[in-house]
Amino acid sequence: MMSRQIRLIGGVLALLLVALLVNITVIQVVLARDYRERPGNQRILLAEYDRERGPILVGANPVAKSVETGNTLRYLRTYDDGPLYAPITGFYSLIYGATGLERTENRVLTGKSDLFFVDRISQLFAGRQPVGGAVTTTIDAAAQVAAFKGLKGKVGAVVAIEPTTGRILASVQSPSFDPNLLTSQVPETIRAYYEELKADPAKPLLNRPIVALNPPGSTFKLVTTAAALASGLYTPDSILPGPAFYRLPLSTSELQNWNRKECGPDGKVTLERALAISCNTAFAWLGVQLGDEALRRQAQLMGFDTSFQIPLKAATSRFPAELDAPQTALSAIGQFDVRATALQMAMVGAAIGNNGVTMEPYLVQEVRGPDLAILQTTEPTKFEAAMTPLHAAQLTEMMVNVVANGTGSNAQITGVQVAGKTGTAETDNDRPAVAWFVAFAPAQNPQVAVAVVIEESGATEITGNGLAAPIAREVIKAVLR
Amino acid sequence: MSESEPQSIRRQPSRRGTELLLLICAWALGVLGTLQIGWSTGEGTPSRLWVTVGVVGVLALVMHLVVRWKAKYADPILLPVATLLTILGLLMIYRIDVAAAQRAERNSAPQPTPDVYAQLTWFAIAVVLFVAVLILVKDHRRLQRYTYSFGLLGLILLILPLAPIIGTTVNGATLWVRVGGLSFQPAEAAKILLTLFFAGYLVVKRDSLALVRTKFLGLGFPQLRDLGPLVIAWVVSLGVLVFERDLGTSLLFFGLFITMLYIATQRRSWLIIGSLFFAVGAYLAYQLFEHVRNRVTVWLDPWAYADTTGYQIVQSLYGFANGGIMGAGLGQGFPTFVPFANTDFIVAAIGEELGLTGMFALLLLYAVLIERGLRTAVSVRDSFGQLLAAGLAITLALQVFVIIGGVTRLIPLTGLTTPFLSYGGSSLVANWVIIALLIRISDRARRPEVQQFDADDALTQVVRRV
Repeated sequence: MMSRQIRLIGGVLALLLVALLVNITVIQVVLARDYRERPGNQRILLAEYDRERGPILVGANPVAKSVETGNTLRYLRTYDDGPLYAPITGFYSLIYGATGLERTENRVLTGKSDLFFVDRISQLFAGRQPVGGAVTTTIDAAAQVAAFKGLKGKVGAVVAIEPTTGRILASVQSPSFDPNLLTSQVPETIRAYYEELKADPAKPLLNRPIVALNPPGSTFKLVTTAAALASGLYTPDSILPGPAFYRLPLSTSELQNWNRKECGPDGKVTLERALAISCNTAFAWLGVQLGDEALRRQAQLMGFDTSFQIPLKAATSRFPAELDAPQTALSAIGQFDVRATALQMAMVGAAIGNNGVTMEPYLVQEVRGPDLAILQTTEPTKFEAAMTPLHAAQLTEMMVNVVANGTGSNAQITGVQVAGKTGTAETDNDRPAVAWFVAFAPAQNPQVAVAVVIEESGATEITGNGLAAPIAREVIKAVLR
Repeated sequence: MSESEPQSIRRQPSRRGTELLLLICAWALGVLGTLQIGWSTGEGTPSRLWVTVGVVGVLALVMHLVVRWKAKYADPILLPVATLLTILGLLMIYRIDVAAAQRAERNSAPQPTPDVYAQLTWFAIAVVLFVAVLILVKDHRRLQRYTYSFGLLGLILLILPLAPIIGTTVNGATLWVRVGGLSFQPAEAAKILLTLFFAGYLVVKRDSLALVRTKFLGLGFPQLRDLGPLVIAWVVSLGVLVFERDLGTSLLFFGLFITMLYIATQRRSWLIIGSLFFAVGAYLAYQLFEHVRNRVTVWLDPWAYADTTGYQIVQSLYGFANGGIMGAGLGQGFPTFVPFANTDFIVAAIGEELGLTGMFALLLLYAVLIERGLRTAVSVRDSFGQLLAAGLAITLALQVFVIIGGVTRLIPLTGLTTPFLSYGGSSLVANWVIIALLIRISDRARRPEVQQFDADDALTQVVRRV
């Protein structure tokens, strides 16, 4: 009989079936995402244009919303003040995918989040398209506008944080881009604009406030000071050596102060004064005394070496591992391989202002359903206790002194005590120095901490006080108004 | 179980009740699917809903009653599974009709004719043929008498599209015949006739074809002159490929022939020789014919040809990707983005709207159908029936693999219809005839041994010497 042969053929056919099943699983599960995101896949384009996507709100004001068009592609995504909010909303392009909150909150905005479970069930039975939910951001429109104005014509970023909660009040970049031009319904314009943005050497598509890493320069002295206070060996009044030049340990290189002068009479200076005038030699010496381990620990308590999702993925600011003495000296003044985002330096200011407690930064305040009922509210989360309240208060005093009597004079506001710190960092390559300013105010009860970083300005003299402090001042004024 | 007549020996329950229950389930799924498409596309409850589902219900019931009457012991799974597949095809064709109509409305173009009613008519014709086969063919062994007539007819049908006037070339492949206003694909009928021919021929010739002359690597190889039939099958297949440019049919016939040859002779060497012939044929075709080469290039990198020759397969893959695990939902995908959505690429529409889940269900339905066919082959007692049932099941299996494998880019794309699903009369009718034949054979296989003696059994004595 031929049964044996038929069974064998049956076995071969079963293998073919398995091949079909495996192949289709690979397509629909493993490769599906890649296929969906391929340029030229109109399905996603049409499906997305066909449904109303929820808005992204600043206060009660939608900064990204879907508008009914009345033609075949039923909805168009529009951004009021697109370039202003671009680092927050990101763009939602059917050719280049999505970035920013448009990407991270996609499931909420499309109405596919599990938060809408009940809605989805009723939609299933009604056969309706899911309707998107709304995302309310933590952004303060006034602060955002003030920062945007200040950055005009420069290359840089501003981040403002509410110290007690970690709410991000402003996240601004320059140059920015207009997300409206990436969501138009004409693929050619989208492509042309995207190519133009990509070719721009100033990288407008980079989410500068949370992704661009720069040496923090003298603003890092805040961390060094915090470490010094934490060691118990130093107080604001401790006397440090502050010569005009400092010979790096084990090396022939010399470090100099920005004005090439001694920081005090006989090359001696108090810790408080050293911070106020940003004395490089004193802090380099201090860093070596404290050791890289203490600096690193202090930096990490304030958010270095941690990747934050706000929910946008921020770059990890870093304090390098395994430092020898000269490298430690340079790191203590925010040079060598220390790198920080504007977000990170705002967190440092916020932690000092918040009695030494670092909060997790966040950008999404609430998620609302299509009927605007609040479905989820973000609760402030403590990241680490970075300093004791006493040390935080001492450091705050020292920072107030920086603005009142030191290098940060441009941040002064009549009637408000501003605590701040300037920074001017050398970068490794031929690029101009980076100007920083980190501040919070009012000093005793801070409502806002802000970090400003200017990478390029066209100005010949680059200092944190000259370029960055005025912007920080305007942002603080906007929040306190 | 509803047994009306008393029976002294009842080893095998007839299982007709199971069949009816499964048919009702299949029909109910069809009703729900139609409603869902109507609602989710915004068309509302289809106006002719009860007419169409009524017609489908009546057709299914007619087949069930005829099976009860003429093939009481037949396998109870074959009919419901084939019916469910047909209903699924009708659903998707209706779905694509709706999408095409909506698109025409948006573009202010004239409304296209819906295909679903034509397909429903073809289903009715298929049922007529199904009933005719069960009534006319009382015993499948009688078919063996017409072996060479079937072979000749099959061959004629195969080359008919090349005939002047009536032969028609559509989309580069010459596989249509048009007489008057009717057009059909003779290859669909040819595949059944040639399966009948192969079964009848191989049953008689298998002893000589199984004869071992040379041994090589522990395998017995046949003598050279016995290669004749294989060479003829090979040449015919290549002919179909070259002159009709029908890669799918060509593959199907050659694959069918070598597997049946192997089963009949029980010699693995035939599989090896057949594979060698296939490899040589494939190589020659690739080297000599541009249309074959194009298929392979597009298969290897469809993205490079996404706007031209690879458009179909790329759109198909996008559809599958859009479906994901759970599917976009019936009525919520974009099935019309794939050209020929309701014929060659109907599976892409299913993959998009019903997702991976639906694809698994679909493939398992085919697997059940084919497994039932092979089970019938194993359990029937005569060699002709065994070969015929196996051949029919293998035809189905190869066709499903070649088209679904092509649409999902597992293998190069070849134009074949998807059994029971694709829009098109020839294919639907032919596949229902296959089901009718399998039901006929399975009735014989499952019938209790002790029976009233009738004229048919006299014939059994002759054939049952194996």
